Amino acid sequence: MTVQLTHFSAAFVFALFASVVFGITHRDTTRDMVRYGLYCFVMFLGGLLLAGWAMWLIRR
Amino acid sequence: MANSTTAKAKTVEPAQPATMMSVLAPAVGWLIPGAGHLIQKRWIRGLLLLLSIGALFVLGLLMQGHIYKANGGDILDILGFIGDLGAGGMYITTLAMNGGQGAIAFAIADYGTKFMIVAGLLNFIAVADAYHIAIGKKQ
Repeated sequence: MTVQLTHFSAAFVFALFASVVFGITHRDTTRDMVRYGLYCFVMFLGGLLLAGWAMWLIRR
Repeated sequence: MANSTTAKAKTVEPAQPATMMSVLAPAVGWLIPGAGHLIQKRWIRGLLLLLSIGALFVLGLLMQGHIYKANGGDILDILGFIGDLGAGGMYITTLAMNGGQGAIAFAIADYGTKFMIVAGLLNFIAVADAYHIAIGKKQ
């Protein structure tokens, strides 16, 4: 059995799981864990979209 | 004139006594991601870590990623091995089942390789967190 993810879905899954682990391990309280996990997730995906658009502009 | 650096009082943290849990939690956490938290009754954290790290590793395998074996060659291969090794039991099981051979034909397989390395590295962080809970540095 194999899984074929698109580039974006692979990055999405990566960001999701990495953010969960970062949130749990880098903060002390539950509230801070959720907030930091969400922050990491947004940064991962935001960076991905920014890099994508930057590459599109460079290519033009 | 006294050196200002020597005059400063050094704050030395008291040595933490090695308890059974401070040894057991990291070891179990390395073998099974999240188990270090589970044996300390951090149920939700442990399950989330197991799900996240386990899913990353399994997805990497299903994407036909390559798993690194112990080697003394290229530095990137050595670093890949160290990353993979962090996945503990999942890495050992994969090696035993002769999995993770990798498929050069698919570009996405390279993502799979990175997924497994990152799963291992994230597990190292989870192990350190389990240790900090065991010694009372974190709740």
